[in-house]
Amino acid sequence: MLRDVSFAVPRGSITGLLGPSGCGKTTLMRSVVGVQIVEAGTVTVLGEPAGSPRLRDKIGYATQNPSVYADLTVSESLRYFASVLRAPAGDVARVIDEVGLGTHAHHIVGELSGGQLSRASLAVALLGRPELLVLDEPTVGLDPVLREELWTLFRTLADRGVTLLVSSHVMDEAARCERLLLMRDGGILADDTPQALRTTTGAHDLEQAFLTLVRQQEALA
Amino acid sequence: MNMTFALATARRILTQLRHDHRTVAMMVLVPSLLMVLLRFVFNTEQAFSAAAPALLAVFPFAIMFIVTSITTLRERTTATLERLMTLPIGKFDLLFGYAIAFGVVAVLQVLVATGISLTWLGLEIDGSVWLLMLIAALDALLGTALGLFASAFARTEFQAVQFMPAIVMPQVLLCGLFAPRESMTPVLEWLSNVMPLSYAVDALESVTRSNELDGVLTRNLVIVAGSGVLALILGAATLRRRTP
Repeated sequence: MLRDVSFAVPRGSITGLLGPSGCGKTTLMRSVVGVQIVEAGTVTVLGEPAGSPRLRDKIGYATQNPSVYADLTVSESLRYFASVLRAPAGDVARVIDEVGLGTHAHHIVGELSGGQLSRASLAVALLGRPELLVLDEPTVGLDPVLREELWTLFRTLADRGVTLLVSSHVMDEAARCERLLLMRDGGILADDTPQALRTTTGAHDLEQAFLTLVRQQEALA
Repeated sequence: MNMTFALATARRILTQLRHDHRTVAMMVLVPSLLMVLLRFVFNTEQAFSAAAPALLAVFPFAIMFIVTSITTLRERTTATLERLMTLPIGKFDLLFGYAIAFGVVAVLQVLVATGISLTWLGLEIDGSVWLLMLIAALDALLGTALGLFASAFARTEFQAVQFMPAIVMPQVLLCGLFAPRESMTPVLEWLSNVMPLSYAVDALESVTRSNELDGVLTRNLVIVAGSGVLALILGAATLRRRTP
């Protein structure tokens, strides 16, 4: 349940969506990709109403729970998604490489580790030429090396003009985003750059900044 | 409708099945083993020949119903369906892909069961074997379509499994396999008249009795195919791009 949520995401940037679990991050992302029933308000994505058929090959979406077929191999699963996305055949090898699953391309998805599984699911979102990537907790359960690699990939994509909306509940990832949306209880607590958030709250790290904002909001209420 | 998307979906489902050797073996062999069992239960070729056609209709129907409802439910619960709903593939492409894949499996299943019944078990059919295959395949598609539709009303796999006795068994009891439909009380006869499996069983029985493609047989085939299409449309209505 989201209330009074209003924000705009500039193209070619990485926007982080942060907040405790249950605060509405997933609902917000589902509204953007157009699978959430929106009771009131408008969601416009790349100039079209969210969920419009013309957006379906322009948005890459990775759900929080890995959504790939557990009884197929990584490449078989990706080949299917590539064909229903009309993506070129060479895309499968490219995205497997981008998420670092080259050595596991012919492994059954259900036998992968948690981190490999979420990378397989992320790979589906990278198929084709998405202009917007909506990634729900893409780095959960990954070791620091892989997380670093993925954030480098996100940065490369953003530099190429892709817009990224990435959710996380790990505050140290927030610093890698150009803009942050801090969410709490279905509302947006702050919408600013990481630097500005630190300055306005006088906090050294973003975790402290978030806590300061929560206290300020509670004092007002 | 986009055939490329439907065929890609069919290929994906068949690949999933190919990785599951035990399921494939059971889908292909269990109906044949049951036919063998039935042959010895009846103990005469005449009695077996009278009951076997009905069972050739019941097996693909029941098995495809349960396989499809579980597969679709899995697709719904693992978020792969949500992901597909954000992609260009349409609902009918997806459902048609399911129908093609399970239709192929059903034809294979019926080929083996019919082959064994005709060669080893003494089943005699006067009509065309191809027509028999066609009816069995339509029947499997009916099971697939009803399974797709039923899966929308199941939250868990336990519930999905319970739809098998709830939706399939009444049709099996009333299709004329256990008692002739004409001898049922009016209420039961009426119920048996609105259940699509009854027409599939009637069609299979007339194929075994004569090689004539008469009006009744054609009507029965149209009813079975029409019920399948109707269930597919209802099934498509339960697939939603937007959910709460």
